[in-house]
Amino acid sequence: MNSQRRRVLVAGVADVAFGARAFAQPKERVIRVTARKWVFLPREIRLKKGVPVVLEFVTADVVMGFNAPDFNVRADIIPGKVSRLRLVPDKTGTFVFLCDIFCGDGHEGMSGQIHVVA
Amino acid sequence: MRQSIDRREFLKLAGLGGVVFASGLAGARFAGAAEGDFYFVQLSDTHWGFNGPVVNPDAGGTLPKAVAAVNSLEVEPDFIVFTGDLTHTTDDPKERRRRLAEFRDIVKDLKNKNVRFMPGEHDAALDNGQAWKEFFGASYYSFDHKGVHFIAIDNVSDPAARIGGEQLAWLKSNLEKQAADARIVVFTHRPLFDLYPQWDWATRDGAQAIDLLMPHKNVTVFYGHIHQEHHQMTGHIAHHSAKSLIFPLPAPGSQPKREPIRWDPAQPYRGLGFRGVDAEVKKAEYEITEYPVKRA
Repeated sequence: MNSQRRRVLVAGVADVAFGARAFAQPKERVIRVTARKWVFLPREIRLKKGVPVVLEFVTADVVMGFNAPDFNVRADIIPGKVSRLRLVPDKTGTFVFLCDIFCGDGHEGMSGQIHVVA
Repeated sequence: MRQSIDRREFLKLAGLGGVVFASGLAGARFAGAAEGDFYFVQLSDTHWGFNGPVVNPDAGGTLPKAVAAVNSLEVEPDFIVFTGDLTHTTDDPKERRRRLAEFRDIVKDLKNKNVRFMPGEHDAALDNGQAWKEFFGASYYSFDHKGVHFIAIDNVSDPAARIGGEQLAWLKSNLEKQAADARIVVFTHRPLFDLYPQWDWATRDGAQAIDLLMPHKNVTVFYGHIHQEHHQMTGHIAHHSAKSLIFPLPAPGSQPKREPIRWDPAQPYRGLGFRGVDAEVKKAEYEITEYPVKRA
């Protein structure tokens, strides 16, 4: 086998391996959530039961928190950083998420909803 | 174990180290009091500085009226405790101090000078309790009164609603000095248990405090934060939340959003009030009497 053919085979194996990995772990949907005084944007997040998503949180204001008690997940949201949270909804319905770090005058109204459909 | 129970069910706990509820009629107090028994008054969530005429058009008058109501009680309490949210939150540190100073000056009119204070998140969360401590001192502490060990836990100065490792270590050490059957009363602002985390009615590490309290047979917790009476057990520990003195909030999870209940001109001050707690020390029972802001 000459070197030209060897390179082709190696490349072929690598492509197959990558393809199998990509098939097993499709790229997860990323939803960026911006927290600002005193609102989450978006306020409503629509998900499908059993389909994983990655929530990405950013803020330019102060330290805040994201908490979805019905899914037992939370994250700190820190200015200048991106926080990530993987969520696989295991039930359908409408669920509250809220800021769980007291962040100022309007903190108590800082909440949103997750809608999960089958 | 956690159980949510209503007022009627709670009556059944009388004699089990729980609470007996009274009718709220003046004059009944201490009808069967034994020597050594005493009573204290709990006020909560006064939110001085709040401005929202739709939910309380007398925001500036409710606290002074409550002070007058406490002063008019037939029997003077042994002490008075405010379980947090003395002031309404503000992002302005100068305004925060102004509100704390005004609150302090109003409650100076209480005839009984044995007054204990605790912070709520509205007072303390935005500066880790710094301004509140300038006015009222330590944010967590304990004291003993006529055979009952009282412990005030601060679960608000951390904006993430944590008691924190340092305070939990203090609580552990404090409780280790108490006998297993000691009469223990805990004051907090937020519920120590997960009452309704969807409305932020919880303490993130509250379960650790409950674990520390659990080996003690006679523990009762009085708290605020949720602006309504609520009674719940975690194992043998009873938790009783108090009404607010600014606006009531809906029952946990009873509507989509945690929004204040609007003022009813036909029933002014409805849902607001304070309570007296009779401590029957030998039985480790506490009789709660709810009082309105203004008597009819």
